[in-house]
Amino acid sequence: MGKTTFVGAVSEINPLRTEAVMTSASAGIDDLTHTGDKTTTTVAMDFGRITLDQDLILYLFGTPGQDRFWFMWDDLVRGAIGAVVLVDTRRLADCFPAVDYFENSGLPFVIALNGFDGHQPYTPDEVREALQIGPDAPIITTDARHRADAKSALITLVEHALMARLR
Amino acid sequence: MAAPTGGHPYDGDQRVPGEHGDNRFGFPAAPGGQGPGQYQPYQEPQHQQQQGAHSAQGSEWPPQQPGAGWPQQPQQPHRYDAPQQPRIQPVQQRQAPEPAKPAAHNPLVRPYAMTGGRTRPRYQLAIEALVSTTADLSRLQGQLPEHQRICRLCIEIKSVAEISALLSIPLGVARILVADLAEAGLVAIHQPGGDEAAGGQPDVTLLERVLSGLRKL
Repeated sequence: MGKTTFVGAVSEINPLRTEAVMTSASAGIDDLTHTGDKTTTTVAMDFGRITLDQDLILYLFGTPGQDRFWFMWDDLVRGAIGAVVLVDTRRLADCFPAVDYFENSGLPFVIALNGFDGHQPYTPDEVREALQIGPDAPIITTDARHRADAKSALITLVEHALMARLR
Repeated sequence: MAAPTGGHPYDGDQRVPGEHGDNRFGFPAAPGGQGPGQYQPYQEPQHQQQQGAHSAQGSEWPPQQPGAGWPQQPQQPHRYDAPQQPRIQPVQQRQAPEPAKPAAHNPLVRPYAMTGGRTRPRYQLAIEALVSTTADLSRLQGQLPEHQRICRLCIEIKSVAEISALLSIPLGVARILVADLAEAGLVAIHQPGGDEAAGGQPDVTLLERVLSGLRKL
């Protein structure tokens, strides 16, 4: 929720959309019972780009949070700096699969509570308690529509990734 | 994920003999020894030096891979080795239709028809790997239309993800086509730097550069 908004807030290009085809190899993960005889599913992924230096480009990929899209996360985590798990606190459970996945994969992640206009029904501490997140992973509040917020979330993530590497 | 544009481009057939030997062996192979802007060279499969970076890519590369659906026989000279020769060998069916432009732009062509039925590239390209065209555009004559489109797009450096998005090619197909072009020496690929010992994670120097870049935004 809000992924493309988040990406668009900091990207130097309008977010682009690429499509990955879920082939029969991963079909078992997806529920294809409603798609008749279709054997492949296409999953869209939006992404943006930030040129940080003459020879350094940062790409931001927004992927769906449901666990049936794990096959795409596997692709993305290799070489990735980390993940921002954008959470809608009204639907906290939606982020469980992502949190599980990143905890298991060892990819540094931060949890960004996406609240519109500063409206945050829960504090980061309450969410940490609810999600049973260890003290290491940062939990921040953000408004995905605002560039400064998105930028700050990315900085928190890279700082966290750096600390994890130096430990 | 960050993909710096520097590093050692894959030079393909344009390589001057001897010129890159030092570069190849001088490349720091020790895990974690990669400095900023140094990336694994995309190694040419025909070359016999199979060291460090190549083997670290796993076992997907061997062209003899059974069941890969690759129509060429490995012992034959690669088709790109002699681009001027007429392509008459029947095994090279995947680029058979010479003026195939209308077909390739026809959305009714199934995506993997462009790849000759291959569903996996022979080289695992990162989604954020950067691609830049190195070949003169006059060399594109006779290439598949999709290959030509990629080469024209990547005159300005683009990631695999951008190629997929801007040309409306599924990601998996874009990876295969880009790998073809790299092998043919028509594009240079800059794979993101990663610390192999740490599962491909970006190294500390890269993280520091990204952090500093973000703060300056």
